Amino acid sequence: MNASNENLSNQSWYTRLISSLPGKIMLSTLVLLLTYFLLQQGFLFLRDSKAPQLIIVLVAVVWGVGGIAGLFYITNWIIEQLPGEVGRKLQPFIFIGPAIALIGWYLIIPVFRTFILSLKGPLGMDWAGEGLGIFENYRFVFTDRIMLEVFRNNLLWMVFGTTFSVLFGLLIAVLADRSKFEKIYKAIIFMPMAISFVGAGVIWKFMYTYRGSGVGIQEIGLLNAIVLAFGGQSQPWLNIPPWNNFFLIIIMIWLQTGYAMVVFSSAIKGIPEELLEAARIDGANEIQVFFRITIPYIKGTLITVATTIVIFSLKLFDIVRVMTGGNNGTNVIANEFYLQRFTYGNTGRASAIAIILLIAVIPVVVSNVRELNKDRRRF
Amino acid sequence: MAAGTKKQKRSSAFLINGVLVLICLIWLIPTMGVLVTSFRESQDIFNSGWWAIFPHREDVETERFKLDESINVDEAFEVEGIETTFKELQEGLELEDGRKLTWFGNKRTREIVITERKWVGFSTNLTISNYKDVLTGKDIKFTDGGGNEIVRRGNNLGGAFLNSIAVTIPATVIPILIAAFAAFGFSWLKFPGRDILFTLIVAVLVVPLQISLVPILQDYTKMQLNGTFLGIWLAHTGFGLPLATYLLFNYISSLPKELLEAAYIDGASNFTILTKLIIPLSVPALASFAIFQFLWVWNDYLVSLVFLGEKTRVVTYALASIVGEKGQDWHLLTAGAFVSMILPMMVFFLLQRYFVRGMMAGSVKG
Repeated sequence: MNASNENLSNQSWYTRLISSLPGKIMLSTLVLLLTYFLLQQGFLFLRDSKAPQLIIVLVAVVWGVGGIAGLFYITNWIIEQLPGEVGRKLQPFIFIGPAIALIGWYLIIPVFRTFILSLKGPLGMDWAGEGLGIFENYRFVFTDRIMLEVFRNNLLWMVFGTTFSVLFGLLIAVLADRSKFEKIYKAIIFMPMAISFVGAGVIWKFMYTYRGSGVGIQEIGLLNAIVLAFGGQSQPWLNIPPWNNFFLIIIMIWLQTGYAMVVFSSAIKGIPEELLEAARIDGANEIQVFFRITIPYIKGTLITVATTIVIFSLKLFDIVRVMTGGNNGTNVIANEFYLQRFTYGNTGRASAIAIILLIAVIPVVVSNVRELNKDRRRF
Repeated sequence: MAAGTKKQKRSSAFLINGVLVLICLIWLIPTMGVLVTSFRESQDIFNSGWWAIFPHREDVETERFKLDESINVDEAFEVEGIETTFKELQEGLELEDGRKLTWFGNKRTREIVITERKWVGFSTNLTISNYKDVLTGKDIKFTDGGGNEIVRRGNNLGGAFLNSIAVTIPATVIPILIAAFAAFGFSWLKFPGRDILFTLIVAVLVVPLQISLVPILQDYTKMQLNGTFLGIWLAHTGFGLPLATYLLFNYISSLPKELLEAAYIDGASNFTILTKLIIPLSVPALASFAIFQFLWVWNDYLVSLVFLGEKTRVVTYALASIVGEKGQDWHLLTAGAFVSMILPMMVFFLLQRYFVRGMMAGSVKG
């Protein structure tokens, strides 16, 4: 008792100062300014420094990771300095604020900004004119010869890429479920998902390499070597429209089958054993069990996976960019977006293409929000 | 009867494994080819397919000689005891003992090569110089298929690798922290506008990021954020946050209510509860998202192409530019591809369990 009293009276002047309200405000401002200063110094160092790369990388990681942790800690500390009621009301916004601000800046507001830009000319200054007036960029998007080819190609990607990824994924999931070596098979099929599309592009470009005929020239690409071994003629596979699209789609199937397989596999394992047993006792063979029980049971999963891969093929960019650059009739929406914005410098047309992509995913957005509301009602 | 079904079972298991092994081989061979090629000498790569490193039969040169000047090669003549012509030799003439005679070069060389079909074992002519070449920024010298010396500018993939690390680690940690705070706020704190804000987050889950590139690039140009680490971290954070918040919300909101109430009664603040209780409890969910985001950022090409570009080269960008500049230099391309894959592959094999979970939950990301 005595000791604590002594402690209180011994509180030094600065403890007393910072526990008063003006003191708190002063200190908070000071801390804020200091934080801002430190973060800015880090930013300037990283942007302008000519230090050895290893040091820059280390500073970047420490500054980036430490910066965000520090910011949360300090803002929360400042909020806790505020008098009870105000602090308690403000605190939730400190928690969700950064997320909302960033999502707003990077995803929600750009929807409107891009829409406005899509009504403007190539430089984004004046409104678009002639033809359809401010909708001129949309007239281009829907009537230009290259755009029509782009839509056709994306349709090919969506139909064939999705169908084969889902079919292979399902086949492998069902077969692997009956094998002792399930884990090994699944790891191998799933592995391409860890590879970047650029890396996958190199892998498959090598498969499709073509060196042509000539004395002493050997085909070093596997596909052409196989064709030659069967007595065929080697071909520049990626230069033959429209078939080159399918050679590119194969890459996506190679990448996406693993995803489909893993999701299907866990759905199949969720089917109650009794259900399958009962069907078998009633005399159903394996094929009947598959079509009458497995498929209906995992129907929801099938739709989710197919939707995901359709969206994926809609936005597909890297593979085409790296393999063909969109030449020889292989262009796709996302690559045309890139070309319009960065090669031809036409922000209006690029924005209109982005809006088309957005419109294409709206059904999925609506169904996601509907699912969420259903979940909420259950609480 | 019982024996019969057993036998049937065994044969169907054999069939299933056979089909699966075949599919797995098809899946593995493309990557295998690149891995093998990355360790071969450049000259070998241009002269034979990568499968040539495996044991196979091949025409091996056993002898080479010059035709005597007195022989008129415009008419039929005799070599090795057989009547032949220049044309026949140019196409290759098989002898009865299995040897093969081939004219080397044009008519004036008068050189004939004798080859024999022999078994060739595993090739041991392997090298790591392709990796050395592609990692440094120095000039690269190599010999092509015709034996010509070629010099190329280096690609400094080593530097790009370091840049990728500087981009990826903060771009993984920052969204996780921000999302953990937001998910906690949405699941346990009450404030006006909560439902609407959360619905917005779910709505933008699948929005294609092309929608943001044009306006955000305008902002970045104004704020001089192009080519900076901060710029790309923020971009990846913005694009990754809806998914991160959604995933962590699902996890955090399902934690038992009693746990939190007990902590509140003990007088803990929200901040303490989150950092000392919720985050440690949510490690599985955090890890799933972390791995997903790590791979997404590491393998991303579009976002770094737009916001970093040539100023700060990351591995995907550097690899893509090797494809553009040196599309036929397979020794560099294959080694480069493997440099870009090594880290995500390690993450994949070490943390497969979390990886699968993150992939499944995160595949809808825009």
